[in-house]
Amino acid sequence: MSPLPRQALASAFLRRKARWKPLEYGFWILALGAAFALPSQQLLLSEIAILALFAMSLDLIVGYAGILSLGHAAFFGVGAYAAGLLSLHLTAEPLTGLILSGAIAGLLGLATSYLVLRGSDLTKLMTTFGVSMLISEAANQAAWLTGGADGLSGILIDPIAGLFEFDLFGQTGYLYCLTVLFAALVIARRIVHAPFGLSLKAIKRNSRRAAMLGISPNRRIVVIYTLSAVYAGFAGALLTQTTSFVSPDVLAFHRSADVLLVLVLGGVGYLYGGVIGAVIFTVLRAWLSVVTPQYWMFWIGLVLVALVLVGRDRINPARLTAWVRTKTGRAAPSAAPLAKEEA
Amino acid sequence: MLTILFDGIAYGMLLFVLACGLAVTLGLMNFVNLAHGAFAMAGGYVTVVLMNRYGISFYWCLPAAFLFSAALGAVLEVTLYRRLYAASHLDQVLFSIGLVFMAVAGVDFFMGGQQQLISLPPELSGRFNLLGADIGRYRLFIIVLCALLTIALQTTLTRTRIGSQLRAAVDDGRVARGLGINVSVIFVLTFALGSGLAGLGGALGVELLGLDPNFPLKYLIYFMIVVTIGGTSSITGPFLAALLLGIADVAGKYYLPSLGAFIIYAVMIAFLILRPNGLFFREGGR
Amino acid sequence: MTPALETRALVKRFGGLVVTNDVSLSIRPGARHALIGPNGAGKTTIINLLTGALTPSSGRILIGGEDITEASPFARVKKGMARTFQINQLFDDLTPLESMVLAVGERLGHGTRFWRSLASDSQAAAEAADILERFRLADVMCLPTRGLPYGKQRLLEIALAIALKPKVLLLDEPAAGVPEEDRHEVLAIVRDLPSDVTVVLIEHDMDLVFSFADRISVLAAGRLFAEGSVAEISRDPEVKAIYLGDAA
Repeated sequence: MSPLPRQALASAFLRRKARWKPLEYGFWILALGAAFALPSQQLLLSEIAILALFAMSLDLIVGYAGILSLGHAAFFGVGAYAAGLLSLHLTAEPLTGLILSGAIAGLLGLATSYLVLRGSDLTKLMTTFGVSMLISEAANQAAWLTGGADGLSGILIDPIAGLFEFDLFGQTGYLYCLTVLFAALVIARRIVHAPFGLSLKAIKRNSRRAAMLGISPNRRIVVIYTLSAVYAGFAGALLTQTTSFVSPDVLAFHRSADVLLVLVLGGVGYLYGGVIGAVIFTVLRAWLSVVTPQYWMFWIGLVLVALVLVGRDRINPARLTAWVRTKTGRAAPSAAPLAKEEA
Repeated sequence: MLTILFDGIAYGMLLFVLACGLAVTLGLMNFVNLAHGAFAMAGGYVTVVLMNRYGISFYWCLPAAFLFSAALGAVLEVTLYRRLYAASHLDQVLFSIGLVFMAVAGVDFFMGGQQQLISLPPELSGRFNLLGADIGRYRLFIIVLCALLTIALQTTLTRTRIGSQLRAAVDDGRVARGLGINVSVIFVLTFALGSGLAGLGGALGVELLGLDPNFPLKYLIYFMIVVTIGGTSSITGPFLAALLLGIADVAGKYYLPSLGAFIIYAVMIAFLILRPNGLFFREGGR
Repeated sequence: MTPALETRALVKRFGGLVVTNDVSLSIRPGARHALIGPNGAGKTTIINLLTGALTPSSGRILIGGEDITEASPFARVKKGMARTFQINQLFDDLTPLESMVLAVGERLGHGTRFWRSLASDSQAAAEAADILERFRLADVMCLPTRGLPYGKQRLLEIALAIALKPKVLLLDEPAAGVPEEDRHEVLAIVRDLPSDVTVVLIEHDMDLVFSFADRISVLAAGRLFAEGSVAEISRDPEVKAIYLGDAA
């Protein structure tokens, strides 16, 4: 039996929404090309990829679960320390270290996710903030393990899977970070386009209605929060593995604030926001730190204030591309062109 | 023991004066103002500059700090904050973090990154013994002053026209406007009052808390704890929370110095789990 | 016969204020039951108690004979309760199709699917398209909800509840705010709801109540003031005095 036209149309629409867009392909080709085209910028590129992963992980909870977090550095920092300690004491093989660090950060995420289920935005803000301060303080106090204020140094990283050695220019490092970022994005993309992801959006957009559709939000928020922590842990581990050093700075408050800015720069709630934000942020910082090395913080602040006052929506790249598309006559997927296609 | 209690109370009182403006913006105006500490810092630096560069008496610096921060608050309210009352909490958080960052870097630029010191008038320095407790004169001064302020504030909010107009404006802006209350003026005044109190707290705190460009970030968590644990339905909640926090922090640092701020964060998280709406939240009340 | 929906001596107090006072309702399966009353009679509170948005101070709520007084809102949905809202509660930036696939998918227990794409759930997609067709929303199903005309949004509001295949459907003023020219469309949909669904209608509009309901409960000041068939209620002078008189 062939499905009715309406049903075919519905399936086609849903398929098209989840399909990879040309812009996405373009982005990844550019990112890969950069590994070979910009040999002197590999360290900066790795930095961008790590920050992008970190911001994407924040997007999962801010953009999809609607939880305002001011303490996301907790998971990043735990991942970074875990990777450092693992390579010092267990194995210097980076992939094993990466996966274990992600798992450790994920466990922390799972344990603390129950704290963000209740209360207002403010309560969640405070809880996430508090947890990150607590962990930062713990890392600072447990100097026997973490090196205290001096951090962890002397970390040696073996070749990836015994095959690819980290080179001096950071090309292997960048390709490694990029691969992890890409894999993370593919997985996140699948999840947000699955029914699970749709239900998260529903909970965030209108929790009253979501409850009246029979969606019990708590378990789903726990799952996404944990996943987000795993991603942040990955990002932290990548930082440790590409720089061979862990400083207590990985847990600092400004890192939580920075990543929020990165995400907001790129736009919340469509996964690529973190990636785009990371590019803008890192390039901006590289440039500003040449112009005014000391007062970089002032300019971040100014960007934040301006961003909010102008209206985040208006300068959100997702909106901009949609706007460009309508201007160039390539309308966003809608029923009309689809109908033609099916006819 | 008694000394610790006394120091804790002084510290808590000071925290309350610093944070009560935040309780108002957050609780009544529903604005997450993470930049609150910047107003306190402004008050602190006004005091430092007036005392150290112009030799003005400490007592005159206090009202000056209040007025400066209040004016700063009023200006920022009218030009910037006002636009964001209806914005999402995420926007408010981003905006106010941005302000803090600008304040921190700006103060660093003009004043340098070092700790600022002032020398208190002789009659406020030193300690004396009372009933076996070692009483710092300056701490006693803070307690008396902050207690008077608290009483004045409580009276203003509950007994006067301004107080009831504020509550009306917050409960339902449209209705209040309909009743002929000028909501924007009320909000400016309230914001200025909160900022001014923070500035006064900052001035009083130079000696007790220290002052450097990172002040707004360093003490942000304390202000937020006071407000989240105290709740925002009255000013008694934050007041008690500030006292508890002050005593706990001083005692913690004295008895378990190695744990540092650990205990405070742990206690806060425990509170947030048990009472997500604040310690003194009443169901049904605003 | 076990009532589809039952409340026993339901009471809700806010502080000293009693907003629902000893309300006992018994609604038979398949009924078209209207709940009416002047403003402030406590109709919305009852809906909130039934759906679990509020917890009663005392009394019980049963659905199909099963006690759900303590159940969470989403657990009640699983037991067969659905509601529409007086003010649309829609997912503004999703399309009607996505909202509907979500609702159908949740009912089918697909909502926790983590890995399979939405489009691969052909069962949910087919059923969603089907319901959208029935609710005259198929033409607009791929456009963002926020841009739809109010009448269409209102239809989606009802369609989302129907997608859950409820045993009991609470309709909170379904025609409220719908422009005159779209009204008949909403009313026709309400009239044509499947007859095995028990419908509780909260409504202001007396014409709609009298044409739709087979039984009416009148609330006044939180109490159940009268109950009876349409004919009984429309004849009752006291009801006229408190309600119709008040509304006129």
